[in-house]
Amino acid sequence: MLHTVNKSPYEKNSLQRCFEYATDGSPVLLIENGVYAVLAAGSHASMVEEAISQHQLRVYALGSDLKLRGISKEQMIAGVLVIDYVGFVNLAAESDKVQSWL
Amino acid sequence: MAAIKKMMYINRTAPHGTVYALEGLEVVLIGAAFEQDVSMAFMDDGVFQLLKGQDAGDTGIKNFAPTYRALGDYDVQKLYVDKVSLQERGLVLEDLQHLTYEDEDEDYAEKPSIRLVSRQELSVLMDQQDVLFNF
Amino acid sequence: MKFSIMVNEAPYSHQAADTAYHFAKAVLAQGHELFRVFFYHDGVNNGTRLATPPQDDRNVVARWSALAQESDVDLVVCVAAAQRRGIADVDEARRNSKDADNLAPGFRISGLGQLIEAAIEADRLVEFGD
Repeated sequence: MLHTVNKSPYEKNSLQRCFEYATDGSPVLLIENGVYAVLAAGSHASMVEEAISQHQLRVYALGSDLKLRGISKEQMIAGVLVIDYVGFVNLAAESDKVQSWL
Repeated sequence: MAAIKKMMYINRTAPHGTVYALEGLEVVLIGAAFEQDVSMAFMDDGVFQLLKGQDAGDTGIKNFAPTYRALGDYDVQKLYVDKVSLQERGLVLEDLQHLTYEDEDEDYAEKPSIRLVSRQELSVLMDQQDVLFNF
Repeated sequence: MKFSIMVNEAPYSHQAADTAYHFAKAVLAQGHELFRVFFYHDGVNNGTRLATPPQDDRNVVARWSALAQESDVDLVVCVAAAQRRGIADVDEARRNSKDADNLAPGFRISGLGQLIEAAIEADRLVEFGD
C-alpha cells in the first residue's frame, strides 16, 4: 500500500502515524507541506531516517513541492528519493491501494 | 457491478470543530446501501466522535452524535477504536456511546460494534482493505 | 488501470485541489483511465464558475473545466456538500428556489453514491484533502 502524507511533521502527527501503521518496505510519499519532513537538520529527521533504515520504508518526496518550498537537495535527508507526478502515478499503480494521511 | 470490496472509513478528526466527521458519517450511511464489506476506524482525535454526552445546547450546531447509533441498522458493524488514542486522551471504553448491531448469524443477538484494537491490529486490518477513505 | 480521485478542499485555500489536478493529468498522460473526480467537503468550491482569480495566478476552476472537455473526465460535485456551501446547477437552483446558479462547465452535481461507485469501479481511489 502506498502512503501519502501532506502535513508537516512540525504541525501534525500524520507522518508519525503513517510510520507506525506502514508495514516494512512500504512506499511513503511526502507531498504538499509533508515535504518539510525531509530537512536533514530538523528535529524530525531521525524519525525519517529510522523509518528508512530500520523499517526499509521507501520514502519519496514530490520534487515540485520541494522546489516550491525552497528545499534544496543539500538540505535533504540522503535516503529520500525525489519523484515527479508520473512517479506518483506509478507508485499508486504498483501499490494495491493508497492511504492518504491527512 | 464488481465483486464486494472491503472498505474502511478512517476517522482522525474531532467532531464539531470541522465538518469532516459529520460529512464522513454521511458517506458511511450512503455507502451502506452498496452492500460492501465496510468498517470504520477511529484514531487520534477521531475517538472524540464517539464520546457520550455530546450536547449542542444553544450553539445551533447539529448534534450528529446520536446518528452513530443508527450504524448498526445500516449493517455497519465493525467500529475499530485505537486503544492508545483513547488512553492518550484519558478516556476508557465506558466514556464512549454504547453502539450495537444485531448479529443475524446468532438469532439477531445484540452485540457491541466498538472493538478496541492495538495499532498493530489496526495496521493489519488496514492492509486487508481494498479501499481506504480518510476523514 | 482505472483511477478515481477525491478532492476534499477548496481551491486556493488548500493545495489539495492543485495536487489532485496534476495527479489527474499524470494519470491520463500515463495512459490510464480516469473514471471520475469526486468533489466533497469544501472541495465542491472547485465547481463554481464565478471564481475570478487574479490574472497572474492559475485558474483552478477553468483548469478542471478544460480537463473535462479535453479528456472527457467525469467531474462530480456532491449535492449535499454543494447545497451547504451554495454551489448549484440550473436544476438545483430551481428546486431550491434560488435566484442564481453557479456550476462551472464540465461539472455535474450528483449524490454521494457516485463516490462509493467511483471507489468500487476504479482499481485505485486517491484522496486529496486536509
